[in-house]
Amino acid sequence: MNQPLSDAVELPTTRPSGCPFDPPTELAALRPLVRMNFPDGHRGWLATGYATVRAVFADPRFSVRYELGHSPLADVGPMPPAPPGDMLGVDAPEHTRYRKLLAGKFTVRRMAKLTERIEAITADHLDTMARTGGPVDLIDAFAFPVPALTVCELLGVPAADRDTFRQYVAVVNDMNATTAERTAAYIAGEGYLRKLVATKRAEPTDDMLSDLTDTDLDDDELAGVGTLLLGAGLDTSANMIALGTFALLTHPDQLAELRARPELTDQTIEELMRYLSIVHTSSRTALTDVELDGQLIKAGETVALSVQAANRDPAKFDEPDIFDIRRSAVGHVGFGHGVHQCLGQQLARVEMRIALPALVNRFPTLRLAVPAADIPLRHDMDIYGVHRLPVTW
Amino acid sequence: MKIIVDRHRCIGAGMCVLLAPAVFDQDAVDGKVRLLDPAPPPGALASTREAEQVCPSGAISVVADGDS
Ligand code: SF4
Repeated sequence: MNQPLSDAVELPTTRPSGCPFDPPTELAALRPLVRMNFPDGHRGWLATGYATVRAVFADPRFSVRYELGHSPLADVGPMPPAPPGDMLGVDAPEHTRYRKLLAGKFTVRRMAKLTERIEAITADHLDTMARTGGPVDLIDAFAFPVPALTVCELLGVPAADRDTFRQYVAVVNDMNATTAERTAAYIAGEGYLRKLVATKRAEPTDDMLSDLTDTDLDDDELAGVGTLLLGAGLDTSANMIALGTFALLTHPDQLAELRARPELTDQTIEELMRYLSIVHTSSRTALTDVELDGQLIKAGETVALSVQAANRDPAKFDEPDIFDIRRSAVGHVGFGHGVHQCLGQQLARVEMRIALPALVNRFPTLRLAVPAADIPLRHDMDIYGVHRLPVTW
Repeated sequence: MKIIVDRHRCIGAGMCVLLAPAVFDQDAVDGKVRLLDPAPPPGALASTREAEQVCPSGAISVVADGDS
């Protein structure tokens, strides 16, 4: 193991107290690129500048392969290669093959077709909330079930099974879980999908998993793709809806503006993606020596990519720490960038576009049911958000 | 203004369709970019340039009139 470099930093992870939406303050002083000591002892790099992060995301000389990389967040030991179907952990040409099969299923147009169905699911949950009365935990009552039902329907997963799968996802994304625990949870989730894939092969229904049985993906790959899509669809939009609501409730002027000017909805979603950056940190590993910002990244070195710092870079966004739904946040790297940019981003956009305005308009007096300081934040998860969001109206 | 798209690079993320729906569409089967208007009017320049910049795979090039 390398000696830690004295001129290298550790990844700052503590957010300023009282500012649940702000990245750790120290990140701003580390732009655009510094040496970083990784939790497992690896000497790598930390990219925080918008242009730098974007450049690494887009550069094929940097790999996403798990087995080459080092986690910037925790000492997880050597990582195994991506299991079949996990396109997040493979480069071209393997990645290209998966992406090609899936891109057509997530187009802007196809996702827009889900609008009516998502509106119905949303209305249904809002009705239930109205009937039960506050306070409720917004995650359980709304932010989790709406995108979960949507992605389950889209893929063809029986709604009754979604809570089982949710448990697995919670462990896989828990930074404090051991690699063994995470792997076991992944295998359990994948086992579930494997059975489901067999069912779809035998009796195809009108859904994406059934469609995919018609491609050259084998059973292992299909189970892996399904695990990835379901896992990604469950944890991300839910956190955006809940944390986005929290941000709006604590910025009443912005919330009032959104209510008054529905035409700002799309922009609000992009700004929330930028401002909240729930997928806060990513990474890539150099396949060859690469010169970047005047520094030499050597082959084999991992670069931690601070998405949250990039999205707050004043060189790209004016007054980046201000949440302003009137700005154009287009170009943010909240969905990543490059060939691995989020496949489900158009689904996420449609979900947020429908769910957030519907919620705040249905309950004009929506408010936090506990002091903002008491909201439990997901400091301990790969994907940021809130563990619970007690609200009332 | 002339637009060139590289369908080989495109990953079907759809940013171009969101930004400039009159200029770009996505193929219904493979999700890849389809150029609806290879020479859009000057009014579409800003949104088309934005799509060029934002496209995650660098699949869009805009050649403004006068550029070689
Ligand atoms: S933005 Fe780029 S990658 Fe996305 S669909 Fe358009 S051309 Fe393809």
